[in-house]
Amino acid sequence: MIAVRIAFLGLLLAAAGLLRVPSAVAMHSCIDCHKTLKEERLSRPALKIGDDFHVARGLTCDNCHGGDHTASGKERSHSGAKGFLGKPKRQEIPEFCGKCHSDPRYMRKFNPSIRTDQVKEYFTSVHGKKLREGDQKVAVCISCHDVHAIRAIKDQAAWTYPIKVAETCGRCHGDASYMKDYKIPTDQLQKYKRSIHYEMLTKRGDLSAPTCTSCHGNHGAAPPGVDSVANVCSHCHTATAQFFDKSAHKQAFTDLGMPACVTCHSNHDVIKPTDEMLAAGEGTPCATCHEANSSPLKKAAELRSLIVGLSSRIDQAEAILTRAEHAGMEVGPPRFELIEAKDSLIKARAETHTLRVEKIKAITDPGRAVAEKTTKKGQELLVELQFRRKGLAASLLVIAAVLFALFIKIREIDRRGRPG
Amino acid sequence: MDVPTERQVDSGRRIVNLFLGTSLGALFISVFYPVVKYLIPPKLAEPTTFSVTVPWKATELKANSGRIFRFGSRPGMLIKTPAGELRAFSAICTHLDCTVQYREDRQDIYCACHNGVYDLNGKNISGPPPRPLDPLKLNVRGDQIVVMKG
Amino acid sequence: MRVARITAWLEERIDLGAVKHLLQKKVVPVHRHSIWYYFGGMTLFLFVIQVVTGILLTLYYRPSAEEAYQSVQFIMTEVQFGWLIRSIHSWSANLMVATMMIHLFSVYLTHAYRKPRELTWVTGMLLFGIVLFFGFSGYLLPWNVLSYFATKVGTDVTAQVPLVGHFLARLLRAGDEVGGATLSRFYGIHIAILPALTMGILGLHLFLVQKQGMSVPPDLERAAAGQPIKTMPFVPNFLLRDLFGWFAALGVLAALAAIYPWELGQKADPFASAPAGIRPEWYFIYMFQTLKYIPAKVGPFDGEVLGVLGFGLGGLFLLLVPFLDKKTARGEPSPLFRWIGIAIIAYIALFTALGYLAPAPK
Repeated sequence: MIAVRIAFLGLLLAAAGLLRVPSAVAMHSCIDCHKTLKEERLSRPALKIGDDFHVARGLTCDNCHGGDHTASGKERSHSGAKGFLGKPKRQEIPEFCGKCHSDPRYMRKFNPSIRTDQVKEYFTSVHGKKLREGDQKVAVCISCHDVHAIRAIKDQAAWTYPIKVAETCGRCHGDASYMKDYKIPTDQLQKYKRSIHYEMLTKRGDLSAPTCTSCHGNHGAAPPGVDSVANVCSHCHTATAQFFDKSAHKQAFTDLGMPACVTCHSNHDVIKPTDEMLAAGEGTPCATCHEANSSPLKKAAELRSLIVGLSSRIDQAEAILTRAEHAGMEVGPPRFELIEAKDSLIKARAETHTLRVEKIKAITDPGRAVAEKTTKKGQELLVELQFRRKGLAASLLVIAAVLFALFIKIREIDRRGRPG
Repeated sequence: MDVPTERQVDSGRRIVNLFLGTSLGALFISVFYPVVKYLIPPKLAEPTTFSVTVPWKATELKANSGRIFRFGSRPGMLIKTPAGELRAFSAICTHLDCTVQYREDRQDIYCACHNGVYDLNGKNISGPPPRPLDPLKLNVRGDQIVVMKG
Repeated sequence: MRVARITAWLEERIDLGAVKHLLQKKVVPVHRHSIWYYFGGMTLFLFVIQVVTGILLTLYYRPSAEEAYQSVQFIMTEVQFGWLIRSIHSWSANLMVATMMIHLFSVYLTHAYRKPRELTWVTGMLLFGIVLFFGFSGYLLPWNVLSYFATKVGTDVTAQVPLVGHFLARLLRAGDEVGGATLSRFYGIHIAILPALTMGILGLHLFLVQKQGMSVPPDLERAAAGQPIKTMPFVPNFLLRDLFGWFAALGVLAALAAIYPWELGQKADPFASAPAGIRPEWYFIYMFQTLKYIPAKVGPFDGEVLGVLGFGLGGLFLLLVPFLDKKTARGEPSPLFRWIGIAIIAYIALFTALGYLAPAPK
């Protein structure tokens, strides 16, 4: 009896193994077949598709390429009657993706608040315009978003994740031989990597730091115009931009057709500004336009001395407080007061853009007073340390007296102990 | 004079004893004095990094206002919301450590360095700041406002 | 006069015989090695300093990870003479370990552990372990970077003890990591458990020393050949000399506290990586350095485990030396044990020096 039951169970299991559940298998018929193909360009999509965000949301190969993913065999799955499109031509890619991504009614099924104007924006960009002209080398959707392993924008491995954007753009724009037919520079990526923005983004992980798309846009990528680049910088550097607009430079720059911000601070290799920029030596921003010994340069020198004066006094105060702190003194209150001086320095450096010496002096003077007061406090703390040493010297004298007294007493006692 | 007389020995002994007694007494005082001073509690009962009594009275502050006070060696921000509620935060911007300020016209907290904005709950709502401001605990004892680490 | 009336009053109630004997009859042998007799008392004096300054510190210290560092900073900066009390406590700890080691090795080399003083020796060795533990637990309490990582390394080494290592380490750390729980536990150990143990064992140690008197090195005893050795009365001659040493030590402590105040350091951050050049206090350096030199694997055995076992065996040897040194027990010269002692001193001195001077091995 048992043997019969076992045999029956075994038969059941074998049948289950042999029976093909139609949907489960046919769901992957594209992938199953393409995975086995010898030609690399045909097997690659099937191998990459596991990482794709579209597949994770339930879409299949035929949602983009047409055809029938439930059918088996090339003829039936690649059926033209089922709308099989195959591999789109490069010029057709934006509209290929746009089939869904530009259709609000379709996209809202997946994400009601997602934008659907990317393709329209794309064709306003330099890339889009050149594509229409027949240029096959410019970027299309898959150049930045990858293909068959398209990741969500929040995915850290996505080519469009903020930290990776510069790399993605740089793949073409940093390649001199690829770009040789276009008359634009190819050192932007290299320059950007020297910038403080790049450092903030990659070393400090500050995702708000600007990368290529922050200033150039992504789908509608184009360089900002000379007259509008300041609008981009002023998104974060609002105060500085407002100060600049109030200065004589604003009109002068507009008249000369020079872009604000970029003229002195550069566009791609925006390094951390230093007080040296106000110096009048060769290669400094001021000297680019102003003649040596001219009154603007003299004003720059004045500004520099005000700011450097404040910054060096702050450094001095900071140094003495740290010394006192390491010796064990409490430096909380003077440190806090010094923050006021540091805030003044930041303010003064921003206000440099107004070029108004009296206004800046009104900021640096109180800052200096605070820094000097703090230095004095630090010196007082070190004096307190010296006071302790004097106290010690006094107590050591007392101890020495005791030791001397004991010494004599011991001698006396010893003598008493010895007879005669 | 070869052998000291009884009286000389006696007075010599007394001098030594006096000297020893006095110096021991001085030592005793110089040990006792610091210990007694140590036992007397200092004016500041607790380190300012634990708790701080803000130098303004609760009634002194206007609604829709914010002020900077010292918390340890760092700036703190005390605000009174338009509705009259008292709140305290660290005034150090979470982006690049600038000191934030209160904006009456917008009823928010602003960082001028890179245009960062926080709401009156300290939450970062615009600009580069990646995190809300560190909140501080606030207690009102009568007219006194005491702020402690959050 | 007044003293006589008080003693009379007390004598009607308690037998003051033992005290009178101490004051009037107790003598201390005088010979060329008498100088070593002072080091036990010196260690005791420094221990009393530790207790007094320690109690004063507990009035302001807070034993939690969030508040410990700030409370020590508060003591150093706001409390009147807090800097003095704290620096004396830290320096006296180190001085005490130093005098204790001198005491230990001078007793060893003069074979004072021989009969009838075996128990004194054993209690002394236990006190040595307790004092090292005092140092180890106290070192964590300021909760600065150095102390946090030193504790981490120390508890990791404890975990290397075979069989019970991990259990012991968990017991010490109050968990799997050094954290706030470890701080609380170390505090309890430092101010309650160890002092209680010390009271008992030190009490026994001192009682035995009083009862049995001071030991004379065996070769001097043999040289005297039955003649009484020169002595001096304990009160007042030896005691005054003791006081001389103690006040000199007090002066040294005050000088150290004022000229080389103990640093506050940086507040510990468990998530930061260990700074370069992390090392324990000097009295652990020789062990630390030895472990650095043992290769990771010695045959089939883990190098660190061998090292820890080695130290354990060394400690055990010292503990049992009165029972192992048969020659001294028989009254014969014992050069082997003398040379072992000298070798141990040389090893400790050499490896401590190496710990500070040698370039870091790979």
